[in-house]
Amino acid sequence: MSRIGRPLKVLAAVSAVALAAACSSEGGAQNEGVDAGQEYTIAMITHEAPGDTFWDKIRAGAEAAAERHNITLNYSNDPDAGEMATLVQNAVDSDVAGIALTLAYPDQVGPAAQRVAEAGIPIVAFNSGINDYQNYDVPMYFGSNEQLAGRTVGERIGQDGGGKALCIIQEQGQVALETRCAGVTEGFPNTEILYVTGTDLPSVQQTIGSKLQQDPSVTHIVTLGAPIAQAAQQATSDTGSQAEIITFDLNADVAKAIENGDIAFSVDQQPYVQGYLAVTALWLNLTNGNDIGGGQPVLTGPSIVDETNIGPIVKYAENNTR
Amino acid sequence: MSSSVATKPSAPPPKAAAPARTQRSVLSRVLARPEVGALAAAIAIFLFFYAVAEPFRTLPAFATVLYASSTIGIVAVGVALLMIGGEFDLSSGVAVATSALAAAMITYQFSLNMWVGVIFSLVVALAIGFVNGYLVMRTGIPSFLITLSTFFILQGLNLGITKLVTGTVATPNASALDGFDSARAIFASDIPLGFMTLKVTVLWWFFFVAVASWLLLRTRTGNWITAAGGNQASARAVGVPVPKVKIGLFMGVAFLAWFLGMHLLFNFSSVQSGLGVGNEFIYIIAAVVGGALLTGGYGSAVGSAFGAFIFGMTTQGIVFAGWDPNWFRTFLGVMLLLAVLVNLYVKNYAAQRK
Repeated sequence: MSRIGRPLKVLAAVSAVALAAACSSEGGAQNEGVDAGQEYTIAMITHEAPGDTFWDKIRAGAEAAAERHNITLNYSNDPDAGEMATLVQNAVDSDVAGIALTLAYPDQVGPAAQRVAEAGIPIVAFNSGINDYQNYDVPMYFGSNEQLAGRTVGERIGQDGGGKALCIIQEQGQVALETRCAGVTEGFPNTEILYVTGTDLPSVQQTIGSKLQQDPSVTHIVTLGAPIAQAAQQATSDTGSQAEIITFDLNADVAKAIENGDIAFSVDQQPYVQGYLAVTALWLNLTNGNDIGGGQPVLTGPSIVDETNIGPIVKYAENNTR
Repeated sequence: MSSSVATKPSAPPPKAAAPARTQRSVLSRVLARPEVGALAAAIAIFLFFYAVAEPFRTLPAFATVLYASSTIGIVAVGVALLMIGGEFDLSSGVAVATSALAAAMITYQFSLNMWVGVIFSLVVALAIGFVNGYLVMRTGIPSFLITLSTFFILQGLNLGITKLVTGTVATPNASALDGFDSARAIFASDIPLGFMTLKVTVLWWFFFVAVASWLLLRTRTGNWITAAGGNQASARAVGVPVPKVKIGLFMGVAFLAWFLGMHLLFNFSSVQSGLGVGNEFIYIIAAVVGGALLTGGYGSAVGSAFGAFIFGMTTQGIVFAGWDPNWFRTFLGVMLLLAVLVNLYVKNYAAQRK
């Protein structure tokens, strides 16, 4: 017993602290909501890989809406499709009032969403699954049309007189990311895909750098996430490339880079709005029977952020709402 | 009538011939080194990409390959020593992010000089290494399980504490803080050599490999590491301080993870809390491709460097060759498999020559 007694005591203490922190992290109900009506519990289930600022904004928007409407928000996430489907079932078993989910893996998660809809539980999709949500009887969708967003970028590269574009995908096989690059290629056919490992930024920088050395004709680099854009900046600096950087999504550093002219523009799908609208739409449905969008997706993007409109957005980016 | 039988006086027994010392050729001795197979594989892969990828032949491209190798190789050196000592560390990937996050947050939140954060994060990293080693030695639970637990704990802490402290899952940009530029010069600067520009991590990588090689081959501690990895009970019996050695090795990995974490912070100015996950396997791959045995007791620091170089050449060489990116992982797997097969062939050849 003495061999493991002390380590177990330490572990127990750490666990107690962690549990105390976890118990205080549920959004919404602990704060006095502006709406003093009936309290609801809503589950939000995403394909977030933990530790990404993009998802942080979605969650911030959802929590703001939950607080506003006196909702207890149960947020859960798993990048694995099978596990995500299980999380949907867990939410149903927990008897939540409504569910907001992402449909990044429609084949796996869609049937679970359909069972939710058939059970009469209000459900909305957001962020991913714009082409699939209606197939699974999900009535509302909030997000960007990734194909349209990509095509917008491609067309703009063409207008800039681009020679060759590089579209960087940080998670191979992720439908939304692949669709963005497909859109870029549609708008500007001379586009090449490059896969990188998004969780290893030095590797991202090195791989982009290698590509620029291999193909100096690249005039535009399209990144699909703000941190990847920062790595691309380093790569162009290292290799002396003059390629312009365009990125999807924003963070404080990217906002400053746009302001300084280091990044041409950002295609923002406004993740904060996605989270906020998903929760608010469920609340409206629960309290007033509303469906939003008239059977069509409600688009939160693409919203182009460049040097002409970046001014006021910088401070919002610093506040983690843009 | 008696007859006497005359017996010849017995000849003195012949002296036992001294066993002839087998003179192994220089080639045999060289081939017996753990890193030779990896060196052969590295040469083969270098020649392959030199032939198929034109940009690979340029010095700036070689600098990129070295940089890619160094960001793997720095931690792989420590992992190789730990594996020679008979243990694993699956928390090394996230420990890199933990170190970077700790330095950035403590400095930013308390408006301190960046160097305070650097030292603070070093203490945090060494504490993680100590806890890993202490728990392995104290409980007798395999290091695979202990460090897998640490991996999950650190992953959760990285996310939870960052969110708690900063309100988001990334640290604020630290580039304007006092001491940032001087720290960047140490951990993330560029060294212009005229004909190419090297990242400072490459020089640090060479330095760490040299120190680890000296430790392993020229010191009593090196003998202890190999002994502890080969047979722990026997090592204890002959007086090797196994707990101290192994705790030291875990702290060594943590130190190198801290160093790479500092590079991450000062290269990118801010850190996302989800970084580093999965890299622990790449460090282990580099050590194993470099000749370290999964069972412990055998390997070399230089071998881990060749392993990292193979990985760096392969990841960048595929890009330089302009191969279809959909098949990137397949190419990577095939190249690594070829490297291991060449390594094995050289080892078997060396064994036959003994």
